[in-house]
Amino acid sequence: MLSRERLGFLCFALLIALGPLVFKGGYLMNVLVYVGINTMLAIALNLLLGYAGQISLGHAGFFGMGAYLSGILTATYGWNPWLAMPFAAAVVGCLAGLIGFPVLKLKGHYLAMATLGLGIIIYIVFNETVQLTGGPSGFSGIPNLSIASLTFDSDVKSYYLVWSFALAVMLFSLNLASSRVGRALRAVHDSEVAARVMGVNARLLKVQIFALSAVICSLAGSLYAHTVTFVSPASFGFNFSIELLTMVVIGGLGSIYGSFLGAALLTLLPEFLRGANDYDIIIYGSLLMVMVMFMPGGVVRCIADLYRKLAKPKHEGGHA
Amino acid sequence: MQFDQILQYVLSGLSTGAIYALIGIGFSIIYNATGIINFAQGEFVMLGGLLTLSFLDLFKLPLWAAIPCAVAVSTVAGLVFERLAIRPLRQPTPINLVIITIGGSILIRGLAMLVWGKDTHSIPSFSGDIPIIIGGATILPQHLWILAITLVIIIVNKFYFYYTISGKAMRACSYNRRAASLVGIDVRRMVLFSFIISSAMGAVAGIIVAPLTMTAYDVGVMLGLKGFCAAIIGGMSSGISTVIGGLILGVLESLGAGLISSGYKDAIAFIILLLILFIRPQGLFGKADSERV
Repeated sequence: MLSRERLGFLCFALLIALGPLVFKGGYLMNVLVYVGINTMLAIALNLLLGYAGQISLGHAGFFGMGAYLSGILTATYGWNPWLAMPFAAAVVGCLAGLIGFPVLKLKGHYLAMATLGLGIIIYIVFNETVQLTGGPSGFSGIPNLSIASLTFDSDVKSYYLVWSFALAVMLFSLNLASSRVGRALRAVHDSEVAARVMGVNARLLKVQIFALSAVICSLAGSLYAHTVTFVSPASFGFNFSIELLTMVVIGGLGSIYGSFLGAALLTLLPEFLRGANDYDIIIYGSLLMVMVMFMPGGVVRCIADLYRKLAKPKHEGGHA
Repeated sequence: MQFDQILQYVLSGLSTGAIYALIGIGFSIIYNATGIINFAQGEFVMLGGLLTLSFLDLFKLPLWAAIPCAVAVSTVAGLVFERLAIRPLRQPTPINLVIITIGGSILIRGLAMLVWGKDTHSIPSFSGDIPIIIGGATILPQHLWILAITLVIIIVNKFYFYYTISGKAMRACSYNRRAASLVGIDVRRMVLFSFIISSAMGAVAGIIVAPLTMTAYDVGVMLGLKGFCAAIIGGMSSGISTVIGGLILGVLESLGAGLISSGYKDAIAFIILLLILFIRPQGLFGKADSERV
């Protein structure tokens, strides 16, 4: 028998799979590829922020490292993209694990500042190592991914490629959240001391989830590099870390489907605001403030609460 | 490497360091009164510079009148920010406070972009641009202005915190908020005061540095972060240790840019920030305190 949760996920996957039939290629397809990549990133940050309660303002840095490592290894050194991707993820994961030990000793505001500093240092390195990364003008000529004779070069093909990764990350995270590790994470979130008393190795667990989160970001980065075939530092700066944070906060901390919703909303939003493309930071800023003040649980939680209020008590809304 | 050149880097580093110190003290004042790290601190620095520009160009005020007006408006912005964003927060957990002050900071930055555009602006120096030669190094009169104004602000600050009732009340809040409220101190008012003082100080910092480095809608990010770095080196004190922290940071940055590489200038501050947070989170001069770790 399928559990409700599995059934929900299957329905979601089916909807995603049918996407291209509804939108029939075109420009929106291209945007939906980014929704997939951003969903992976938002889930990665949510695992850290929503489940373990540890903030990071430097996740764009890990995303960028994945993208640059994949790009440089394939374009400059001629590696096979399928080899470069896990290699990049492993390198980023190890680095995040190493730096995680001192960083995650910090709490709250200090953790936010330290990860912010880390993100900016990574960003400066992208800009300054011109011979390797091409500096501020970017790095082009990254090959597409391919399986045998099938090259993922069109929007529809990229869509299926990116979304199979995104759905895998989603399923993995859903399982993780309802596993022993997920419960331990939530315990650390609520009270680190209590969690430690219960036998959870809070310090190690936080570092592990930080590294895992960085690995997912790196994978998303590799996919980004191989789909867009061009990377430049501007995509991995402080502003993008804030955008990721906004996605997670809008969707709701600790809600995997919420992360998808946040990613979709924030990726599609600029498309509807064509005329105001420079001013989207005003919208991000207001959204962040309004969400924290009036809907601290995020959109998904809010809808679920509303549904619960309206429906009979025996119904339970949402999968959040 | 000649002595002259080193002296030059040190002198210009000291004046940028003074700016970092002012911003850092702003961070510390709010942190001590409320336990909040105000991520929007840098935006008041930006507002100070750009508002001065507007008062000069739009209202044709002389410089000596434009500066207090700009400080006043920035202070009101700080007050409004506390009232609208910080006070109504129903769940003031650290993460929510981080998110809301970041939200506020990008909102202010975005509005500044609407008002002043994306261009870089400059405001005139306070007293000309004739260089002064000190032992082989040259400095501008503006550097002296920066050092002098910083010194005055630090002295006034010291006086306020130690010799006035509201200053003493704010110190009481920083030691123990509950105890302070038990002896009749209105803690919420002190929180508001802390935002007022630190936005005013941020604005002053933004104004005195603008003639040297130019100003734009997005200068607040870097200046704010470096101010925070100064405060961390000083152990979040609102006194002399943060000033020393700012000066150390300014000089190291200037030497690093001159002797190593100017591209990595900004990275130096963040590497120092991370090292201090990892090794001595209580600051270079502070006693061990478990709160940050």
